[in-house]
Amino acid sequence: MKQSNTDKIKASLKKRYAKERRFRLYGLISIAISFLFLLVLLVNISIKGLPAFHQTYVKLDVTIDANVLGIDKNSDHEALFSADYSIIITKTLKKMFPDVKSRKQKRALKKLVSNSAAYDLRDAVTANPNLIGTTHSFWFLAKDDVDVYAKGNIDRNLAETERRVKDFQLAWIDQLEKEGRLKQRFNSRFFTSGDSREPEQAGIKGAMVGSLLTMLVTLSLSFPIAVGAAVYLEEFAPKNNRWVDIIEININNLAAVPSIVFGLLGLAVFIAFFGVPRSAPLVGGLVLSLMTLPTIIIASRAAIKSVPSSIREAAYGLGASRVQTTFHHTLPLAMPGILTGTIIGMAQALGETAPLLMIGMVAFVADIPQGITDPSTVLPVQIYLWSDSPERAFTERTSAAIMVLLGFLIVMNFLAVLLRKHFERRW
Amino acid sequence: MPIKFLLITLLALLLFGYFIGRKRSLALKANNGGAKKTLHSLPKYYGFLVSLWAGIPALIILLLWTAFDTTIITSMTVSQLPEQTQQLSQDELGLLMNEIINLSQADKISDVSANDAKMLIKQTAANNFARFSHISNLAKTVLVLVMALMGLLLGLRYIRAETRARNYVETAIKLTMMGCASIAILTTFGIIFSVLLESLQFFKAVPITEFLFGTTWSPQTAIRPDQVGSSGSFGALPLFVGTLLIAFIAMLVAVPLGLMSAIYLSEYASQKVRTVVKPILEILAGIPTVVYGFFAALTVAPVIRDMGESMGFHPASESALAAGLVMGVMIIPFVSSLSDDVLSAVPQAMRDGSYGMGATKSETIKKVVIPAALPGIVAGILLAASRAIGETMIVVMAAGLAAKMTVNPMEAVTTVTVQIVTLLTGDQEFDSPKTLAAFALGLGLFMVTLILNVISLHVVRKYREQYE
Repeated sequence: MKQSNTDKIKASLKKRYAKERRFRLYGLISIAISFLFLLVLLVNISIKGLPAFHQTYVKLDVTIDANVLGIDKNSDHEALFSADYSIIITKTLKKMFPDVKSRKQKRALKKLVSNSAAYDLRDAVTANPNLIGTTHSFWFLAKDDVDVYAKGNIDRNLAETERRVKDFQLAWIDQLEKEGRLKQRFNSRFFTSGDSREPEQAGIKGAMVGSLLTMLVTLSLSFPIAVGAAVYLEEFAPKNNRWVDIIEININNLAAVPSIVFGLLGLAVFIAFFGVPRSAPLVGGLVLSLMTLPTIIIASRAAIKSVPSSIREAAYGLGASRVQTTFHHTLPLAMPGILTGTIIGMAQALGETAPLLMIGMVAFVADIPQGITDPSTVLPVQIYLWSDSPERAFTERTSAAIMVLLGFLIVMNFLAVLLRKHFERRW
Repeated sequence: MPIKFLLITLLALLLFGYFIGRKRSLALKANNGGAKKTLHSLPKYYGFLVSLWAGIPALIILLLWTAFDTTIITSMTVSQLPEQTQQLSQDELGLLMNEIINLSQADKISDVSANDAKMLIKQTAANNFARFSHISNLAKTVLVLVMALMGLLLGLRYIRAETRARNYVETAIKLTMMGCASIAILTTFGIIFSVLLESLQFFKAVPITEFLFGTTWSPQTAIRPDQVGSSGSFGALPLFVGTLLIAFIAMLVAVPLGLMSAIYLSEYASQKVRTVVKPILEILAGIPTVVYGFFAALTVAPVIRDMGESMGFHPASESALAAGLVMGVMIIPFVSSLSDDVLSAVPQAMRDGSYGMGATKSETIKKVVIPAALPGIVAGILLAASRAIGETMIVVMAAGLAAKMTVNPMEAVTTVTVQIVTLLTGDQEFDSPKTLAAFALGLGLFMVTLILNVISLHVVRKYREQYE
């Protein structure tokens, strides 16, 4: 019997529907893969970064011996300030672990507490000279190795040669732990100090201030210029003019130029030609504002375009000039959209790293920048710098800095969404 | 006067100009009250006109002066140096000038009594530099303020009832906005000139054919000329291969995943799902690349190394695969949002026609929608590819530095962007071939991405017109 066409189609239907379902599934799977990656990324970084918000402190009973320091209660501020307090710390540690003999172990013993302990002690004594001659308990910042071990990130079962922390050091730390001399505290230093070679002392304040200054320069340059350009292109530019066409093509192209090329521009033009100081938020802001201009211009143009022409015509009808119409009516109505675009552009600039490497913002800067011409670094560059450091404690801090950066970005994007939701008008 | 105070003074002058201009015009109106003559513009426009007159010339002078004073003062100081010092090479002279500038800032008044001849030269030059800077600063302050005052007086003369103040002010505003728009062109020119000039200088030292087709890349130039391999070799072919390899891996990840996501979102998903899923996908594009780089280097690369080893390969710890995979994920949202746009632009009538013939949804998508949207999709992919080629941080952190000619994704390769970063970070002289090589690489990168962008933007535009 000959099969009719209908039968053929009917027979193939099952297969075709299966194909349909499979195709649909592929789509779902692709979305799921992206989501999964995002989730893994965020969870991974959070797990790595969260411990950095706590820091181990060691309690030492320090006898502030006037003879060792060569000062007394009546010494002037200068003398108190310049005395060598690290000797006292070392002596205290030696007293606590009297059976330490070999040179190697003695050196290791000093590294139980961070070298900032001496400065902390100095500050305490300078603030209150009456401490001299007394014995007092202080909580000092632990060295990064102690901190990493206390957080359980060193595997004791590993062979001793493969560990950074040796058996005798582990014994000390265990003893400290047993005596209740180890404590985890909120790591406020992470937010209040600049970069440091010592992981336990390194903080992101310098980078945050640098980012803030750079963003201020970027915003104050790119916002007015972008709005001016967008208004010109939408409201005043003659249509079908070659110059205007070239500008439009240029803006669209610039939006897709790799960011590193802007870094080359900054190096050759701003630094080498105009002599703007290297590594400063000023030059960083200049480069980033050129980079964000296209984003803001494109968003602003869309916002201005969406204002209906009836508004403009009403203003013209009342005798307003073109400029008056634009500045009194069109621009205020387009402002939410423009601000949304600006925030998104600034978020982009905040996360940008590559062009800033070109203009020398990778230098190690421990001080917190005071102005836009001081050498400084920014958050993403700080992340890059720390990620290069071999110490385990820096990995932790890198992740924590990433969390802070992502936090800022989330807040900015959330703000943009809020702006759009609350003020955007559908005409 | 420090620039801060100069600017504040200038601002005060502008405000003063505005108020006095406004007041004068109001006075004019009161005087003319009896006659039938009225002001052409609102009083505030007269105020603006006066401040424009006061501000624009002064600001232009201030800007030009600040932009060029360091260069001019430096060359003046150099010309005061003894003859034999002036004969030094460009690099040495630059170093010397840096020292001199530092010296002049360190302590302004130092006696020139040092018996060391070299020190004496430096100290004299530093004093000269300080003196010139002082004179320049003084002249700048005086000139700017005089210009502002003269402009103000000139502006006041324009306050007459028949002056078309509003029109003047509006023309100024329009010109300013036009200037803002032209900055895009200036930027492009700036990019082209900065990379082109340095590249030309580089190609004088290294022939362009060697740069494009040479197969060894080792830019380490020796400090002393008699050292072995002092010239360095600048064959960039391995970099191009490495860049393309990583970009290719990235596209292998991004194109299927991005395209399928876009198809699902635009053809299958309900409005509700779209509004939730799309922003979450966009988050992937919003994460800074340095974060991806960190993730690729510390999490993905070890996983790949372990997996490769268990399968019998021996991947390098910084394999092209890790960087490519992570970069691919980063690009997914670009591909998906661009494809989403073009897929939604395909007219519904075409789909309905296909359904009418009895095709299933997936058949319609494969046979009708995608072919119709193909130019747009290709353009989107090109744009994403240009993004992958220009991406820097992921490869800097997760790909290697060794310039190896290989297409094996398990090996470490290096890319153009990685080399630009390595050549330019750290302190070296601006004119060394190493630095110049970075600009030549930048030129190549800019040209390739520009071509990709121009093609894709053109295709997208043509495509839009087709269905509008």
